[in-house]
Amino acid sequence: MSLVELLKKDVRFQEGLSACINCGTCTAICPAAHFYNYDPRIIADTIQRGNEADILDLLESDTIWFCGECLSCKTRCPRNNTPGYIVQALRNLSQELGCFTKSERGRQQLEVKRIIGENMIKYGYCVYLDEIDLDGHPEQGPVWQWYKDHADSILKRLGANYKGDGPGTMRKISEEDMSELNRIFEVTGAIKRFEDIEQHCRVEIAK
Amino acid sequence: MKIEGKQRLWDEYQKEIADDHYYFARSCIRQNFFPGSEIAFLRILKNYLHKDVYDDPHQTTCTGIAYHSALIPFETTRAVVARQFSLMNQAGYENFVPSCVTSFGVYSEVIETWHHFPETLEQARQQLYEATGRKFSCPENLVHTSDIIYKYRMEIARQSRYKLINRNTGEPLKVVEHIGCHYAKMFPKKGVGGAEFPSVLSGMIEAWGGAVIDYPERRHCCGFGFRNYIIKENRGYSLSNSKLKFDSMEPYKPDFIVANCPGCTYFLDRWQYVIAETTGKTYGAEGYGIPVLTYEEMAGLVLGMDPWDLGMQLHQVSVESLLDKINIQYDPAKKYSGYMNENIGIPEKPDFLKI
Ligand code: SF4
Ligand code: SF4
Repeated sequence: MSLVELLKKDVRFQEGLSACINCGTCTAICPAAHFYNYDPRIIADTIQRGNEADILDLLESDTIWFCGECLSCKTRCPRNNTPGYIVQALRNLSQELGCFTKSERGRQQLEVKRIIGENMIKYGYCVYLDEIDLDGHPEQGPVWQWYKDHADSILKRLGANYKGDGPGTMRKISEEDMSELNRIFEVTGAIKRFEDIEQHCRVEIAK
Repeated sequence: MKIEGKQRLWDEYQKEIADDHYYFARSCIRQNFFPGSEIAFLRILKNYLHKDVYDDPHQTTCTGIAYHSALIPFETTRAVVARQFSLMNQAGYENFVPSCVTSFGVYSEVIETWHHFPETLEQARQQLYEATGRKFSCPENLVHTSDIIYKYRMEIARQSRYKLINRNTGEPLKVVEHIGCHYAKMFPKKGVGGAEFPSVLSGMIEAWGGAVIDYPERRHCCGFGFRNYIIKENRGYSLSNSKLKFDSMEPYKPDFIVANCPGCTYFLDRWQYVIAETTGKTYGAEGYGIPVLTYEEMAGLVLGMDPWDLGMQLHQVSVESLLDKINIQYDPAKKYSGYMNENIGIPEKPDFLKI
């Protein structure tokens, strides 16, 4: 199956690209284009032209990893395209084919997996206080250190239920609920995605 | 009655917000970073507006941050959303109210996808059943938590103890409102005022006596960018986008910023600290920052709730300049106390940013 055909199977792609008139409105509104050497208009155009070698280049490039998924382009495209959705489809395919290990920005998926993926598996939350420290997140500032050092007392004062059973802010998610989440991850391919990211990166390192 | 002219035009920018009986869906980021705000939301709904709202312990992450970082397949997100809806069905509710703007975008996007691609709805049903034995149906009404505070803004104004007015000048406070991109840019019809006139926050500000600042980069993204923030090396993206906004709003001298999205609130607070520490530049008066509030904090202050019960001591930019302008009564000594007034010390002071 060609790369274009593989992309067309993705609902994000089907919704993301109808016909691009190369107007550049998406680039004008795009925060990623503002700060990176990144241009969503060119992505839409490259895909529309359908040249397999160019699409493979994109799948192996840093380019597809700059988008911030703000979806400002969805609001503004005069032809109802959504370059942010096209990028989602490209990122998925890049990971399915292992192309993401060819670019520095792509290889960062390993770290995303080890942070967000593992938080979800361990806590049922995508971010979690216990895992965020000032070494990794100096921007959190000294107030964060104080909060972390006294989380039990501060959260209790605010009326939270930190690591407690039952409802409430920062509650512990029960084993039963965690096991439902993990089963969904297995059945829908998230666990396989996590394993593939690790495996593709191991192969790349071995080279 | 036939609705005509301007009224008909503006009706297109309104959205249906259920009156009562809400199933509350929590935000991972807000619970961790602004733990007082969801608690305040529930208190405002229960104690001031006398609404029925259900806080379900069985929910999990919606996976939105992972989905927008391309970490998990869209199928996974759709099935997790299906499970959240199944929990709502099980609890006997029909009005689903997520507290996170990323989640709100995810729920809206999944429902739209099921609508446009019915085979994906069938797939979600099968996958959820296979994984958990659950079935589900979609909510009758899906709104963001800020929509509900917006809906009841006049009732909150009626019960208010304070107004968003500078007590020294008698003038309305000047407020920057920042709406999370995924609130109305993805699906304009799902936001109050659409993508062109989003009024969910400006409606609250004006109802409570403040004035909204219209500045050039008002609708620019805060710069979260998912993997652009999660990965330390990429974080300059997030900082640069927020700085673009600060530089653009600075000439209008905002008294405070309010946001309806967890990431935005956090970034607009913390990047001011980073800019101050790395460059010496501060955006508030006399070496302070511009306070950044969640809409529940803004509503809570207006209703007379204690700023430290609202969790405002967890901001890195201090909020006292704002409390003093409004003349809110607060006890400075209680700011950093723990549970039952326990002495837990105080955070270190930043080098440049005054707090
Ligand atoms: S979704 Fe991506 S391509 Fe679209 S405007 Fe945002 S950053 Fe740019
Ligand atoms: S705004 Fe739409 S039509 Fe214009 S260049 Fe971007 S994708 Fe193409």
